[in-house]
This record gives sequence, C-alpha cells and structure tokens, in this order.
Amino acid sequence: MPKKLVVIGNGMAAGHALEELFERAPGDYEVTIFGAEPRVNYNRIMLSPVLSGEKAYEDILIHDDAWYETHGITLHRGKQVVEIDRMARRVIAADGTAAEYDQLLVATGSMPFVVPIPGATLPGVVTYRDLDDVHRMLEAAQGGGHAIVIGGGLLGLEAAAGLRAQGMEVTVLHLMPTLMERQLDPSAGYLLQKAFEDRGIAVRCKANTHAILGDTQVTGVRLDDGTELPADIVVMAVGIRPNAVLAKDAGLETNRGVLVGDDMRTSDPDIFSVGECVEHRGLCYGLVAPLYEMAKVVAAQLAGDRTAAYTGSVTATKLKVTGIDLFSAGDFGEAKDRQDIVLRDAARGIYKRLVLKENRIVGAVLYGETGDGSWFFDLLRKETDVTDLRDTLIFGQSYVGGAPLDPMAAVAALPDDAEICGCNGVCKGKIVQTITDKGLSTLAEVRAHTKASASCGTCTGLVEQVMTLTLGDKFAKSAVEPMCGCTDLGHDDVRRLIRAAGLKSIPAVMQELGWKTSCGCAKCRPALNYYLLCDWPEEYEDDGRSRFINERIHANIQKDGTYSVVPRMWGGLTNPRELRAIADVAEKYNIPTVKVTGGQRIDLLGVRKEDLPAVWADLNDAGMVSGHAYAKGLRTVKTCVGTEWCRFGTQDSTGLGVKIEKFMWGSWTPAKVKMGVSGCPRNCAESTCKDVGVICVDSGFEIHFAGAAGLHIKGTQILCKVPDEDECIEVIAALTQLYREQGHYLERMYKWADRVGVDSIKATVVEDLEKRRALYERFVISQRNAQVDPWAERVAGRDAHEFRPMANFTLAEAAE
Amino acid sequence: MSEWIDVGPVEDVPLLGSRVVQTPGGDIAVFKAADGTLFALRDRCPHKGGPLSQGIVHGHSVTCPLHNWVISLKTGEAQGADQGCTHRIPLRIEGSRILLAASALLALAA
Repeated sequence: MPKKLVVIGNGMAAGHALEELFERAPGDYEVTIFGAEPRVNYNRIMLSPVLSGEKAYEDILIHDDAWYETHGITLHRGKQVVEIDRMARRVIAADGTAAEYDQLLVATGSMPFVVPIPGATLPGVVTYRDLDDVHRMLEAAQGGGHAIVIGGGLLGLEAAAGLRAQGMEVTVLHLMPTLMERQLDPSAGYLLQKAFEDRGIAVRCKANTHAILGDTQVTGVRLDDGTELPADIVVMAVGIRPNAVLAKDAGLETNRGVLVGDDMRTSDPDIFSVGECVEHRGLCYGLVAPLYEMAKVVAAQLAGDRTAAYTGSVTATKLKVTGIDLFSAGDFGEAKDRQDIVLRDAARGIYKRLVLKENRIVGAVLYGETGDGSWFFDLLRKETDVTDLRDTLIFGQSYVGGAPLDPMAAVAALPDDAEICGCNGVCKGKIVQTITDKGLSTLAEVRAHTKASASCGTCTGLVEQVMTLTLGDKFAKSAVEPMCGCTDLGHDDVRRLIRAAGLKSIPAVMQELGWKTSCGCAKCRPALNYYLLCDWPEEYEDDGRSRFINERIHANIQKDGTYSVVPRMWGGLTNPRELRAIADVAEKYNIPTVKVTGGQRIDLLGVRKEDLPAVWADLNDAGMVSGHAYAKGLRTVKTCVGTEWCRFGTQDSTGLGVKIEKFMWGSWTPAKVKMGVSGCPRNCAESTCKDVGVICVDSGFEIHFAGAAGLHIKGTQILCKVPDEDECIEVIAALTQLYREQGHYLERMYKWADRVGVDSIKATVVEDLEKRRALYERFVISQRNAQVDPWAERVAGRDAHEFRPMANFTLAEAAE
Repeated sequence: MSEWIDVGPVEDVPLLGSRVVQTPGGDIAVFKAADGTLFALRDRCPHKGGPLSQGIVHGHSVTCPLHNWVISLKTGEAQGADQGCTHRIPLRIEGSRILLAASALLALAA
C-alpha cells in the first residue's frame, strides 16, 4: 500500500524532489500536488529569454502532462492551499478541495517584494516572478512606450533587457550608487551600467522612487528629488521573500522562511519543506542550484534514508542577458584575513575579481569574460589551495603558469589624441611619433623635442610610460611613488589620466586605471573625489562619503567628539549685530569656549553634533555663513586696517581682503589655503607666511605665495607686482586654479611650488597672459557651483540623518 | 526584555556611512559597507576614544576621524601596525529591521 505524499507548490524545487524520489523509490508514494499557477512545472529561471522573445513557453517546460500521468500524480492546477490541518493530516485549498497525507512537502517558494509606496497597487505595476507577469509585460510592450524597472539587481536588469528587446523605452531605477551591488563592486557595476546604456537602456542609480503616478492606470513615477518619468508599465524587481505564511499559520516554526534541519524536516517530523520558502542554518536561497541540492535530500529522506543531509550551498549567479557576460559566486565580504586579486582591462571591458582566504578562493566575480567561471567556482567549492597558481590565477585556467599582466595597461589603452602634457598641449600620438621619427631615448630628449613634461613636470610619469611603451626595455623609467596601496600610479599620473581619458566618477577611475582594491581606501577616495570635483566642476557630483568628517558635516571635529563652528567674517570684519548673534548662540547652546583664531575669526568650540543645525540656523539668521574653517579649501583672508585707519597704510587692504574672500570662498583646493593682505610693508596681517599674501605698496600690489606657518615655517616668495586690484585678484585666482589643477591631494601650496618649481608657476601665471586668463576663467566656472553655503543647505534638511542618532535607549525603558 | 533589540530600519543607515544608537553604556555605531553589509561597533576608537561613526568607511573597515587608525568593522580590531580592539556588537537583520544583541549592550553598560 503506497503512502500518501502531498506536495504544496508545483515549482522547480518540488518537481526536482519528485524526480529524485521516483528514481529512488518508485511506487512508494501516491502523490498529490497543489499548484497555485494554472499550468505544469516550468523552468522559472528561463523567463527572461521568454520575455526577450528568444524562447517560447513550450521551450521552458520541465514536466509536461504526460509526466504527471506516467507517475500517477494528481495535479490540482490553479488551486491555492489555504490551510494545513496537522491534526487531521490534510490540506485544504481555497475552493474546498482537500487531500490527506502521510507525509507533506511544503514548497511554496517565494513572493516578490513590492515596495509599499503610493500607487504600488495601480494596474500596470507588475512584479517579475511567473509566466503571468511575463505575459503582462509582453502585452504592455506591444503598445511600445515607456517602461520603468525598479531595481537594478539580477531580475530587474533581465526584465529591462527583455522589455528593451521588445521595443520599449526602458529606464532602470536603482536605489544604490551602482548596479548589482550585492554581487559586484562599484567598478564592475560601472561596466555593467555602460553595457546597458550602450543598448539604449537608461540607468539611474541613487534613484529612490517616491510614488507611482496615475489614477486608473500607471502613467509614470516620481523620484525623491521630484523628477517625474513617464511610464506605461512599471516593473517592481526589488527582491523576493520566502513565502512561509501557510506554514506559519499551521504552527510550524518559521523565521524569515520555514525553519528546516539538515534533514529538511520542519518542526513537524512528517512535514518537509524545500526551496525558496525554506530557511536553513540562517540562510534563505533564491537560486536554483541550492534548491536542487535540497530536493535530493528530501527525496532521499522520503525514500527512507535517514542519513541524507543538506549542509548548505555555495551559490553562483549569471546574468541572463544576451551579449552581457557576468558571473558571480561566493562571498565578497572584506576581512583582515582576506585578499583581493583584481584584473581590470577597461579597453576590452573586462573585470575579474577573486577573494582569497587562507589561499583558497571564497568569492569570484567575472565581467566581460566569464569562460573561467566554472573553473573558479570549482576551486571555490572544493576549497582548493591555490598557492601554486596564485601568480596567474586571475588569468584563468588556460594561463596557469603564464605571464602576469602589463602594469601599463591604462596608458596603453589611451587613444593617440589623449592629452598627456596639459601645460603644452601634447598628446600621446605626438610623443610616440616623435620618439620613433627622431630616435629619442631619454626623457630630456623627449622634453626638448615635444615639450611634453617640460613645464611643470607633473606629467613626467606618464611621459615615461609612453616612452616605455614605445621603446620597451631600452628605456628605464624612474620610480613613481604610488598614490596609495590601491594603485601603482602616482598622483600626477592619476590626475592626467582622469583628464586624458575623460573619467568622471570614482568607480570609472578605479576601473579604467586598474585599481588593485575593490573600492579604494580612506587615502585614495578623498583624493579622487577632489580631483574629479576640480576637473569636472559642472558635471561631477560630490561624494560626501569620500570626504573626511569635517568636510562632510562642515564643522571641525575636536578631541572629545564635539565640533567647533567658525562663521565667515569677510576680511576679518564684523559688527555689533554679528557679535551679539554669536554671543546669543554661545549662551543658548551652552557652548563652553569662544576663541579668536589665528586667522582673525571667532571659533565656537565644544558644540554637540546634534546641535549643529540649530547653531547654524541662528548664525544664518544673523546673516553669517560657514567660514570653511575645516576645509581643504579657502579658509580666511587676514587683513590689517590699511588706508582706512592706519597712518602708514598705502592701499585699502581690508577692502581688498574682503573682495578676495567674497570672490574665492567656497572653492575646494588640494589642502587648506590661507591668505593675507597687508596694507604696507610693516605687514601687520603677516601676509608673508601665508599660502597667498599681498603686500600693498604705494605703486600697487606685491603678490607673494608659497609661505607657511605650520609644520614648516616658510617665508613666501614673490610672484609678481601688479598695478591695480582687478589684476591682483585675477593673478591670485589663476595661481589658485593652477594649484588646484596640479597639486597632489593634501599637498600644501608651498610643497607644490617646491615640486613643480616657482619658475614654471611664474611662466604660466605671470608671463603667459593667455594661460593666466584661461586659468582665471576655469576658476570662475568652478566657482559657479562652489559658492553655496553648506550650513544653509543643512539647516534646510540636507543630510539630516547625520545629526540625529538612529535610536536612543539611554532613557529608563532600555534598562527594563 | 528580548534577546535582540530593534534599533531601526536597514534603509536608515546610509551606504558607506553610519548611524549612532545611544545606549546607557555609550554610543554604538551601526555601519553599512559598499556591499550593503551591516556592522555594529562600540563608537570609540581603541586609540583615543574617537567616534568611529564619523570616519570614512572603506571595504569592511573604517578610518577613525581623529588619528586615522583603521578599524575592522567585522572584528573591531585595529589594522596594520596598530594594536587595540573595540567592542563588536552582534547584529542581525529581520525583514527590513536591524537588531542588536541585548546581551552585548548590557555588557557595555555594566
């Protein structure tokens, strides 16, 4: 007498379990299946090819009607089970159909997650889970129009590619800064985004959907920033969650999913569970391979093998979009005992990353070339020691024992018209051609014949790389100190390559320039953020997370974790009303210390972080803005009283200081910049130990620069003398811009001047009027976006989360 | 009191950033790495007590804002040549909520 097995769910996990069971124990069970979908078992992971039109439903069937018949299965199609009656050992469907069981298998799968935003239930909003969803999408695609896909993960991207293939205008909205951030690091995500954009799919990262628009049918979506996008269909593909409701209602133990042991039994020994509805050892799976492994164990247990056990799976994923190769497996978490091996070849659009732990692969991502995916996955699953393969491991199975990668790939990949030397406008092709034509072999010769690297010299490293590429071993280049452990390139090379290759985001730089780590470090990220901000002032969006805390929240962190606040006082001038406001703020917020700084400003010390927005609001109300006293940027212009009060004053030094500060405030620079204007050579504003100083004299203005009174004490050097204020400001702005463009991040102006040479700076800023003018213009363009008071922005609510704790348990209830 | 304390939704912690949870035993910093992984540490650098929550998050590490010590988010240990460890607070996600281990919070307060 066969035992009665009832299966709830007619998906891939259940189907596979039954296949295994019929093989192991034919005839042992009389099987009844309840499936909520009105069809037989099909291959859900092949829905994307159906959507894109590459496959038909018939192609993805796993079990046809004949299979159910052969095995004597009673299949209740389109009948959703609503109750498991464990006392009576039977299940009941919505329409009253019931079936008794000796053993029960719960395989209810998972539910698509729908973000609970306004409009989420409108007709035209679909999830991407089953064949009905695909039909809805195909129907919408017939009318053409716009599709919005919410979610830039595996599923969302497959839906987007499918809808695009069906002729729709598709936009992917993704909450995170890069696509598929669970599987890919930002660089690989950047390549993936490019690939999607190349096929005409718009991708918007960091896009939070605020609401879905429409009255009776979807018409569009509105983002948090107010942008509205039209849509004829909206696909929600933000994730799945285990469907454990039925099991929970039946009193089975559940957490995120139905809890099962290694034997795949639930808390009721006669009830098994398998597939995406299951939680095993704290993990829920949404991929097919683990489900099949679980299915095998369930079948063995049902067939009487009590030793069969499932111990968890290592998973691998592939993106099923034709023409885009992406493979990801294992774990990418970083830890002290883990090491990354990264290969980037931007020109070929290839990215590979292996994560090693104790000389074993624990994670692998391949983009652009996935042929070695299964080899890596095999090494990963078998926990093979890869010590002996390590040197060439990243190149794949066919290169075991081969040669390592060319470290000059980034320069090699540049086109001939990429500019290598900015001072003299020399491109790569010109250098290569001149070396070949004239038979050059030393840097000095190349400088003499091409002028490349002959001015400020910041491109020397690149010129040497071009020489090595052209001459091979015949040229020995000098060593460049790398920016940080994440790259072999020095600051100058990175800066030139950002411009030459037109790189406009941190992931783009890391990918195209072959960063050795996945996401950079606290040294390179702030530097790259500054370089991008300086080079693309109108396009690059500042990355606050790559800024030091002071610049992120616009106040200076102090030793006890409190902050100090310095309002801007233009040229050091203030008045009773401002002083009163400062006094009021100090009293109101119990600010313990009020101090005058070395730069003639007032410092409020000991402000609690959560009070900052309120302190700023009060200071803003009195007309004061941030003094940027914390910034790698223009801080203060110190002045003396000049002709207005001083009997020795030769010019209006206070007035000029105010003008300079009002013109230049808000600009970001490689390191802090302090200025001074003294009304006569007695130099009461101490201008000769500033980054930029002006000494007013009877006949005009002496401009000094490259002084310091910090770690090093340095007197300034004279840059030039100019007759009037306008020219004075123009020269100072051009000088600052040159420093902004050439300085290494955190390199003070005097160090930059030492490195590139005062003569080179003078030649550009003083002697070449055309260059001075061009630098000045670039500074002016940059200032258009720079002069925003960061305090007012935050008072208005920007980054509000920064200033509030997430939760507070310090009150009594926490101690209960 | 339950074993796990709900401190807020996962989405409240910015990517590559952190949020602070105030407790009687001092602040806890909850971090979110680039890959979305969450960590919780006592908000004090083992070096001079700097608020780690205010540092730059990179990989599964944070650089202290006071003197640039690099602390592992996973273990709380100082990286490189520096020696020291801050308390790690067990954290788990339930649905869209972040839960911290009550026992670890009590241990801090004790």
